[in-house]
Amino acid sequence: MVEKCLCEASEVLIFPCSGGSNCGQIANQAAVQLTDEGMGTIYYLAGIGAHDNVMIETAKAAKRVVAIDGCPTSCAKRTLEHAGLMVTDHLDVTDEGIEKSHDFKLNPQDISSITAKVKERLGQAIISG
Amino acid sequence: MIIEVCGPGCPRCQATEKNVLRALKELGMEPGEEAQVVKVKDIKQISARGVIMTPAVLIDGVKVCEGRIPSPQEVRKWIEERK
Repeated sequence: MVEKCLCEASEVLIFPCSGGSNCGQIANQAAVQLTDEGMGTIYYLAGIGAHDNVMIETAKAAKRVVAIDGCPTSCAKRTLEHAGLMVTDHLDVTDEGIEKSHDFKLNPQDISSITAKVKERLGQAIISG
Repeated sequence: MIIEVCGPGCPRCQATEKNVLRALKELGMEPGEEAQVVKVKDIKQISARGVIMTPAVLIDGVKVCEGRIPSPQEVRKWIEERK
């Protein structure tokens, strides 16, 4: 019997900015949660920034490239675009009413709300084809 | 040269192995002699190689592709670069 394949994981790649603020870390935790829930796979934004060919080609083959940024600077989205990747879904954590600070005691509710927002967008994308 | 094809065995993994074998044939290389093609199906073994998505291809321990099916031309290029 064939075990559960890891191939499906490559269809939706999630790139959080993982920046040095509460919002960057909320983006990271949301990406982890989405991966845990099987919505996609958190992937190596730093590897893309380093222009690692293997990782760039993997991301190019993905059906959806999701960038979760902590703030309007949009480092995740810009890093992906700089490597020639098309971002299919982009979310800015501050757009969802979460204020940027350097308090790293993250509110689990904020992580859940960002996770839900990304899921909603991915769901809409699947419906609209 | 050791070419590892990582994947539990779904059609995408099989297609990857097929393309690796095709590349070797196009290069006139006999699998098992100049290049050993090894299938890695165990998820723990796959993860131990730093692969998080399959299908993946490693040549002499270096990951050259993951999460997609490489074309025979691509595989040929990777082999030629390492010959």
